[in-house]
Amino acid sequence: MTSDDAVVQARGLVVRRTGHVILDGLTFTIPRGRVTGLLGPSGCGKTTLMRALVGVQEISEGEATLLGLPAGHPRLRARVGYATQDPAVYTDLTLIENLRYFGTVLGLRGPGLSAAVTATIASLDLVGLEKRLVSTFSGGQLARVGLAVALLGAPDLLVLDEPTVGLDPVLRRDLWAMFHRLAASGAALLVSSHVMDEAARCDYLLFMRDGRFLAQAPPVEILRRTGADSLEDAFLRLAAPAASEVSHGGQP
Amino acid sequence: MTLATTVRSAPRLSRAAPPLSPALASATARRVLAQLRHDPRTVVMMLAVPSVLMILLRYVLDNPVALNRFAPAYIGVFPFVIMFIVTAITTQRERARGTLERLMAMPLGKLDLLAGYALAFGLVACLQVTVVLVISLTWLGVTLPGSAVPLGVVAVLDAVLGMALGLFASAFARSEFQAVQFMPAFVLPQALLCGLIVPRDHMTTVLSWLSDILPLTYAVDAMQRISDGASWTAAETADVAVIAAFTVAALVGGALTLRRSTR
Repeated sequence: MTSDDAVVQARGLVVRRTGHVILDGLTFTIPRGRVTGLLGPSGCGKTTLMRALVGVQEISEGEATLLGLPAGHPRLRARVGYATQDPAVYTDLTLIENLRYFGTVLGLRGPGLSAAVTATIASLDLVGLEKRLVSTFSGGQLARVGLAVALLGAPDLLVLDEPTVGLDPVLRRDLWAMFHRLAASGAALLVSSHVMDEAARCDYLLFMRDGRFLAQAPPVEILRRTGADSLEDAFLRLAAPAASEVSHGGQP
Repeated sequence: MTLATTVRSAPRLSRAAPPLSPALASATARRVLAQLRHDPRTVVMMLAVPSVLMILLRYVLDNPVALNRFAPAYIGVFPFVIMFIVTAITTQRERARGTLERLMAMPLGKLDLLAGYALAFGLVACLQVTVVLVISLTWLGVTLPGSAVPLGVVAVLDAVLGMALGLFASAFARSEFQAVQFMPAFVLPQALLCGLIVPRDHMTTVLSWLSDILPLTYAVDAMQRISDGASWTAAETADVAVIAAFTVAALVGGALTLRRSTR
């Protein structure tokens, strides 16, 4: 991959919080036009890495550049879409009120705002719910409202923290199809999950454990290198190559 | 491909936003008012509670002379207290739900957010004060030496001061439970020391010093002076200047406590 394709470039990224090392010297690239999966068990640092990239977590050492600017740069705020694990939206507003407010904050106005809101509602299959209070939404609908806000501004980089957790299989399939459509249209996506069966849906994988990367490669490459027959198995082998698999029964 | 093709051509901000954008501040104010509109019970309470308390005061005192002396100060105090608590809880909720972090990752200025809150709650304060003034001056029979307008304006300023202090205080609350307790912790000492319960010249030196540095003292002083004389004096101007200075300081303090990133 050439450096032109790299939307994110990180070198020796370290985040320390209250004396603990959360991210331990991460060097990686996230290219345009692909879905990069960030896979690892809960608590391994996935959310911290995502927060550092979108600029809401201070970086202790090393550097991360997004679209040629340092993470957290004001000019990145309209170009990076971020969906947190718990959908950070106003549950005491209707769907359309939420999207119109966040769209305005992103710099959309008038017909452009209306078009973006309509298109986002359609693409996330939320049509018909526009005038309902978000507090009355089901879990799956609520998760999609959080995603909708991240997609609104047509960002160049989408950072999605566990976007498909707890959703039904049909919805998950549709969302992954949408992620790949967005990538095909030129966006870069970083999608985290702690569920290994989602790994196969990614173009490229970052396997993470205890703040470090165990592997950075396409899924096929990881399978070939580890000789495992599933990505879950591959993760376990990478996590502790010397130990027997039985001792890792508790690992997700 | 709907999303990928339609939305990708949308315009976006390409340069750093100015410190205060009127469009974003008014969008935020509209959003806060929309949240209130979906919660009619809260709106009714915000508008009715100061008036209900005034009606209660009228029957507790049961003496027209005493009511005339105390009512104007309370017309300033009740909205101050209610705006403090409502704002402290609302902003604490915004932090706890993650919407504040989302906004801080978006091109929204801190001042846009604070100005939006100030606009929305300032408007609510105007309505609140109008209702309590009209009820006090008609039904309850409170009389003023001059026009009711200066009293109304200062009462709204008091409410906006309460809002600004609530915004600032919410930064120090880790939970809604703590935010609720800021009401007795921040507001009740001021109510005890502002000269409403015991006149300020009857206080010991230390207490009157304390009284001098608390904002509610000036709010109550201004309301009492307005109800004492028909003409506007330099003392009232000084009180209003102090109220405005506390409001601006609390809003600036609020902006400083809004952090874009965590360490």
